[in-house]
Amino acid sequence: MTESMRVPLPDALDFLGLDAQLTDEERLVRRTVADFVADRILPRIATWFEEGILPRELAQELGALGVLGMHLHGYGCAGASAVAYGLACLELEAGDSGVRSFASVQGSLAMFAIYRFGSDEQKERYLPRMAAGELIGCFGLTEPDFGSDPSAMRTRARRAGSDWLLSGTKMWITSGGIADLAIIWAQTDDGIRGFIVESATPGFSARNIEKKLSLRASVTSELVLDECRLPADALLPEARGLSGPLACLNEARFGITWGAMGAARACYAAALEYSKTRVQFGRPISSFQLTQAKLVEMALEVNKGTLLALHLGRMKDAGTLHPSQVSFGKLNNVREALAIARSARSVLGANGVTLEYPVIRHMNNLESVLTYEGTSEVHTLILGQAITGSSAFV
Amino acid sequence: MKIVVTVKLVPDPNAEKRIDPVGMRLVRSGVETVLNPYDEYALEAALQLRERLGGDTTVTAFSMVPESTKETLRKALAMGVDDAVILSDASLAGSDTWATAYAMAQGLKKIGFDLVICGGLADDGSTGGVPGALAEYLGVPGLTNARHLEIVDGKLHAQRETDSGYQVVSGALPALVSVTMAVGEPRYPSLKGIMGAKKKSIATMAPADLGLDRAVGSDGAKTELLAIAPPPARGSARVVEAADGPTGAKIIFDFLKEKKLI
Repeated sequence: MTESMRVPLPDALDFLGLDAQLTDEERLVRRTVADFVADRILPRIATWFEEGILPRELAQELGALGVLGMHLHGYGCAGASAVAYGLACLELEAGDSGVRSFASVQGSLAMFAIYRFGSDEQKERYLPRMAAGELIGCFGLTEPDFGSDPSAMRTRARRAGSDWLLSGTKMWITSGGIADLAIIWAQTDDGIRGFIVESATPGFSARNIEKKLSLRASVTSELVLDECRLPADALLPEARGLSGPLACLNEARFGITWGAMGAARACYAAALEYSKTRVQFGRPISSFQLTQAKLVEMALEVNKGTLLALHLGRMKDAGTLHPSQVSFGKLNNVREALAIARSARSVLGANGVTLEYPVIRHMNNLESVLTYEGTSEVHTLILGQAITGSSAFV
Repeated sequence: MKIVVTVKLVPDPNAEKRIDPVGMRLVRSGVETVLNPYDEYALEAALQLRERLGGDTTVTAFSMVPESTKETLRKALAMGVDDAVILSDASLAGSDTWATAYAMAQGLKKIGFDLVICGGLADDGSTGGVPGALAEYLGVPGLTNARHLEIVDGKLHAQRETDSGYQVVSGALPALVSVTMAVGEPRYPSLKGIMGAKKKSIATMAPADLGLDRAVGSDGAKTELLAIAPPPARGSARVVEAADGPTGAKIIFDFLKEKKLI
């Protein structure tokens, strides 16, 4: 029985055998989302990307699958572990960063804000329908002039009797133009507070940013809030100061740490497959040293990055994960994913620039992922502060 | 109403299949074990039936598997099946179609059922013989290759696929039916279903619980595998080029006509 005694050759796409480190339940989550992506996303994503659309029905499909707010407990949510949530992000982003972005914004930003900082009435009112994908949420923190420096935001809410009057502009808001509700962060006399603003509120308008070459299968919008009158119960009672939105961002960044490795794996897989079938000088290009060097570099970073994500996920589930460690994951994994996408593009030669292959789509998407949810510069400074004790932000 | 779905666990159909040249069996190690894809259609048919019938209808998944692989059945539970039962023992290894059907029939009698739903065949062995043999051993009507199922007035009505269309057949319950892929695409397990599946039971029964009166496993096999051979290599394809679509269509049309295929 030499067959069973010999250690088998590792899987090229899971070289470190990380799948074996997952529980049966985690593996089933991963496989279920991967099957969904293969059936429902991959056959259509190139068209969505080209046409610059994300079909609204996808929200209900993702809701039925149960990925929207899957790491929250109750209110129709699955109550999955951080690792299971990360795996879902990885498989969704192996489809497209735009699809993962939608799920991140819905679950980790909009739903999480209500879940963590909302009243019981707000949770009951919004979360079950958001989990089902019937209501779409977005998250308004960034403004045209304030990205990495949100504390200087100009959006302001002031008291008008028991109501609030909200005015300002939010920019680069994922899902803004299709959202039924927005979590809007605004200055008040009591510091930065969060509000649930339904899109039907008079004075609320969204303008989609159409001319972009990245995250095309994702709606990105500018939100204008022109004296929106909000009832007192639109305020998220438990969030005070910038720590509120930053807690939400920390959740989403954790998912990106995983998701980026999904995009990277898809690029690496495409390059590996292509290199084995593309013949030049009478041999598959996978047999050339320069191509192998690229492929091996990709394999190293995909596997290291996924191992990092799994490690951070286990820490998150154990309650020992510090926000700066999420920055560690986001900084490393998005940077490496982008490098892998660019290298994979070169392995595919001219084919690499077409939408016939997933590579340039992922590559362009990752340029946005590098910037949003904390730029690589901001994460560098968070880590710099964490290891030196000195803040270099200003 | 109690519905039992028979489920086989097979090596991932997407993985490359390898045959051990000495034992002449499919190599199952190093390949992920999954639900037989055809059985997922049987599960889907059962879950649809439960949704339509409502009330106290239950769906049980039943599988003859080694204890070590039973967790793979969680997917069926995550899809919405109420519980699972496995028949497991080393003595069952090497069972052929008949021995499998015999042992499983005794298990099904013990579980009890109003309706047994089977997939059409298994992705690994592909004999497709178990459903018919099961119905025979169970002594119940066996309606195979159904594309649609209904329970009306306590009777099973099925549309049975044929080469040219379908037959409308019915049978008294208890009954057994095997389904085709036309019953509907198997649903994805929801993540909530996956989280809930760990609380559902997978019970184990052994041949000793069943009072079998004949040998099972390789000892009870009526068939013997004599040799295996890879399929003959396909001849090289003929590639034709055409200036445009209509010209190409004509070439294909003439070719099919020459072969008397149209």
